[in-house]
Amino acid sequence: MDALLIEYLPILIFLGVAISLSIAMVGIAYFRSTSAPSDIKLSAYECGFAAFDDTRFKFDVRFYLVAILFIIFDLEIAFLFPWAISFHKIGWFGYTSMMLFLGILTVGFIYEWKKGALEWE
Amino acid sequence: MTELFMGLWSSYGFPLLIILFKIMALVLPLIICVAYLTYFERKVIGYMQLRLGPNTVGPFGLFQPFADAIKLMHKEIILPTAASSFIFIMAPILTFTLSLVAWAVIPVGAGLVISNVNVGVLYLFAISSLGVYGIIMAGWASNSKYAFLGALRSAAQMISYEVSIGVVIACVLLCVGSLNLTDVVMAQKKIWFVIPLMPMFVVFIISILAETNRAPFDLPEAEAELVAGYNVEYSSMTFALFFLGEYANMILMSALTTILFLGGWLPPFQCSFFSMIPGVVWFAAKVAFVLFIFLWVRATFPRYRYDQLMRLGWKVFLPLTLLWLVITATVIKLTGWTASMSTGVLS
Repeated sequence: MDALLIEYLPILIFLGVAISLSIAMVGIAYFRSTSAPSDIKLSAYECGFAAFDDTRFKFDVRFYLVAILFIIFDLEIAFLFPWAISFHKIGWFGYTSMMLFLGILTVGFIYEWKKGALEWE
Repeated sequence: MTELFMGLWSSYGFPLLIILFKIMALVLPLIICVAYLTYFERKVIGYMQLRLGPNTVGPFGLFQPFADAIKLMHKEIILPTAASSFIFIMAPILTFTLSLVAWAVIPVGAGLVISNVNVGVLYLFAISSLGVYGIIMAGWASNSKYAFLGALRSAAQMISYEVSIGVVIACVLLCVGSLNLTDVVMAQKKIWFVIPLMPMFVVFIISILAETNRAPFDLPEAEAELVAGYNVEYSSMTFALFFLGEYANMILMSALTTILFLGGWLPPFQCSFFSMIPGVVWFAAKVAFVLFIFLWVRATFPRYRYDQLMRLGWKVFLPLTLLWLVITATVIKLTGWTASMSTGVLS
């Protein structure tokens, strides 16, 4: 087998162990516990009141906006990692190109800020 | 036939057994640590609030975690009628699995690592990002308003702070030049990164508090308004898995802090007395120190408001970390400071 893949074999086995351990823990509780369900017990908890309506309701668009912002900056981080690793090899050219990239990103960031995308009310 | 069997055994069976043994040697102490972290937390916060904390079960209450575990195991598993049962059950399993799996690449001592992969930092970053899924799944599948709101808040908070964590890690990587966690530790032989990168260390500590949903950023669980947030519908072992997962994540993040900033298993000074103490002990001591900060902060600070939390993440930490990244890169470029330091390790 490929030496690179061999390195990841323990992680795969670890994943198997972790999954079986978690399932086993839920399984033990499932078989050990007694179950006495009732309508009230199985309804959604709303501090003792019956639920007013379904939970799948519309929610604040702010959360969506945060997710979009996250994608932009997370991509940037994915770009930063390889740059940081090879920083000693790429010289001043690599340095200036990343600074240019960060500069452009900062312009976008300032725009977001001024537009109020980062405000939360 | 026996020859074939022996051949299979020595080329596949035995190595597999060794790997399994290694995993067990990591997972069992880890689970005991997680159990005792809950005890430690109650005890530390108890003393900080002039209480005694748990002291009834066993000497100094030392058997309290086991009593809790046995109690939780015998509780009824409740599956709400409105919930999507498969996702509802999968969410805690996923959360706990992810919090364990991340440990596969953490070097707890020199060479004491299950898989010394070359992309260790990236792997950890990926696994900790996946943590959001467990919470979103729990919140959505519960079909309860509190759980849903808690999950939304938690997801938004985790991804907001992940950005600053990512940039902080990039700062460290600039000084190391490798994604391998063992290399990250060995690059700190002369000086721990906590000293040259002090502001980033502070930002990282605060960000991991937010990332693990701990006080003062425990808004997803805000007991007073959301009655524990995304895990409100969970009971018994399914609840316990979330709980254990959260604590295992705390230990994981502390371990990551130790590796990135506090020199991993390296002693603070290279003198013979310190070198006599095994690396694992240093590692455990440093992790315990970071964990103590977690508990200390919880006992000290009041909870943040949500808009303050978002403001801190996006308007303070993000510009600050980006600025520090530029400063770090410039300093390294101008002085060649780390290049000379890490050549011995990376050669």
